[in-house]
Amino acid sequence: MSDPEEGSVPPRRGPSVALMEVITAAVLFAVGAVVIYDSQRLGSGWGSDGPQSGYFPFYIGLTLCLSAAAIALRALSGGLRAGETFIDGGQLRQILSVLVPATIYVGLIHLLGIYVASALYIAVFMVWLGRYDIARAVAVSLGVGVFFFLMFEKWFAVPLPKGPLERMLGF
Amino acid sequence: MTELSSLFQGFAVALTGYNIVLMFVGIVLGVLIGVLPGLGGANGVAILLPLTFTMPPTSAIIMLSCIYWGALFGGAITSILFNIPGEPWSVATTFDGYPLAQQGRAGEALTAAFTASFVGAFVAVLMITFLAPLVAKFALKFGPPEFFAVYMLTFFSFVGMGKGSPFKTLAAMMLGFALAAVGLDTVTGQLRLTFGSTELMRGFDFLVAVIGLFGIGEILLTMEEGLAFKGQSARIDGKVVLETWKKLPRYGMTMLRSCLIGCWMGITPGGATPASFMAYGVAKRASRDGEKFGTGQLEGVIAPETGAHAAGTSALLPMLALGIPGSPTAAVLLGGLLVWGLQPGPLLFVEQKDFVWGLIASMYLGNIAGLIVVLTSVPLFAAILRIPFSIIAPVIIVICAIGSYTVHGAMLDVWLMLLFGVVGYVFKKLNYPLAPMVLALVLGDKAEDSFRQSMLFSEGSLAIFWSNWLVGSIATLAIVMLFWPLLSATMRRIRSGRVEPFEPGQAG
Repeated sequence: MSDPEEGSVPPRRGPSVALMEVITAAVLFAVGAVVIYDSQRLGSGWGSDGPQSGYFPFYIGLTLCLSAAAIALRALSGGLRAGETFIDGGQLRQILSVLVPATIYVGLIHLLGIYVASALYIAVFMVWLGRYDIARAVAVSLGVGVFFFLMFEKWFAVPLPKGPLERMLGF
Repeated sequence: MTELSSLFQGFAVALTGYNIVLMFVGIVLGVLIGVLPGLGGANGVAILLPLTFTMPPTSAIIMLSCIYWGALFGGAITSILFNIPGEPWSVATTFDGYPLAQQGRAGEALTAAFTASFVGAFVAVLMITFLAPLVAKFALKFGPPEFFAVYMLTFFSFVGMGKGSPFKTLAAMMLGFALAAVGLDTVTGQLRLTFGSTELMRGFDFLVAVIGLFGIGEILLTMEEGLAFKGQSARIDGKVVLETWKKLPRYGMTMLRSCLIGCWMGITPGGATPASFMAYGVAKRASRDGEKFGTGQLEGVIAPETGAHAAGTSALLPMLALGIPGSPTAAVLLGGLLVWGLQPGPLLFVEQKDFVWGLIASMYLGNIAGLIVVLTSVPLFAAILRIPFSIIAPVIIVICAIGSYTVHGAMLDVWLMLLFGVVGYVFKKLNYPLAPMVLALVLGDKAEDSFRQSMLFSEGSLAIFWSNWLVGSIATLAIVMLFWPLLSATMRRIRSGRVEPFEPGQAG
């Protein structure tokens, strides 16, 4: 993937790639274990009329667990602290500055409907991260919101979640 | 030459005014998707798929496949002008494309890239025209064991041809299969892995996974790099195009080689990305100017673009003929076929002649339309990239959210999209391949069905996969693929020092 240039860059601080490898492998192992557990519950053997529900998933879960173990062992062999940094503080802040508002946005869709929530989200993103003045942010976000409303509700007749504003306007 | 007459019937189906308009709309949307970060062929088609449900299937698939061609073309624009690959398969294009743009030869590089893409696609479509019906006819004889052997070959090829850790390929694939198993088991009627949740009964839709993994994941990666687009400007006029075209015949052999690599990698699920790298590598080794590669050689743009486009196009062959997609985007198109009630696979060529040949004819037309669109409108698409990321990013996230919601009209899918976004980000940073995961999610149920039916025939004995020469050779090839990383490592150790190790997958 992207390898940062060596030399002039100050040392990046954060979890190592090896640590992330182990964590990811652990999560995958857990998923595999859940699959195996559920397959056993359903029966992973041979029923009266052929293979049971858990027959195929059982081997899927097993392979997932084995691969995850192999990945973790390989990552552990070099030591957890050694090697490249997975993500540093600055990068993490950048990621969260997208992820957190996006999560709030999806939450707001439940309350406000998708159009209002989208317009709000775009406006906040532009002002907060893009440092646009409010007038321009409002113009862009309203434009996008109205465009999507027309596109989905009118042209394609694909209903999307609507909120109090749309109800007030009689949709 | 029944293929030719079928093809002409196909042209008659595809060449209506409505379809041609859709073709151009699809290409423009596709190039746009290819140019924008966070939107690519797979998730772009996934988002637009629900909008086409009201159209006739042939028109819908024409538009969707044109989006795909557009995205294949569009990736080159950002690679050459901005040194940012818009799509993973255009990474290799940046090596020589961007240096050319820096030397002020962007127009030349773009023309060469587009023309090379066109040639690659054209050869691949020719191959589809004549090979797909044969494969389909052959596959009509397939029973469940043969199909499962082909699924095995498909999936194990990822392990054999993948560049990264084979265990990561396996893990990603198994995660896809596990997610596919969630929900109602259609054979026994039991609920699997739902843990009492009624929302999970629907299972995980791969469209949502694709939108999250490729869309949100890509936005997060781009954000992390704190990206600011700084690009070269480009103008393409008739003179540049003609002058570049005059130079192209010189690179005929390179194109031919790249086409072959691309077609091979497309049919086997190597995909467009490894095909582009391999085509670049082989061209570098074979070219007289090999050592100048990376400094702005036209040949270094032509090779990967031809390879990527040939692979991207031929990925549709196994999708149409066997019902097994060769790439994530082909998988999304396959999902579309299922929604329209068309069962991809050998029977499609018998039962839905109009549809199949209409689609194949539209591949010829779509690529011609694509070449025209990209050659005439590069400045427009380059201007879109100058829109700041802080406007593009939230709009793309909104589009992804809408796209996930429209799949089933469920809010849970929007939350899952966010979750898949984080998974996609972590997987990409740790070099887990996403393609096998998506394909496993799409094909999980069908692979399981063919496995179960085979087991029913043989009463639980795996020997059924070696019960005749046909299924036996496919299954054996699959096993070779699975252990290929081990085999090639051993072989390399044996002849180490003597010969430079060759790219894995070449010999497979």
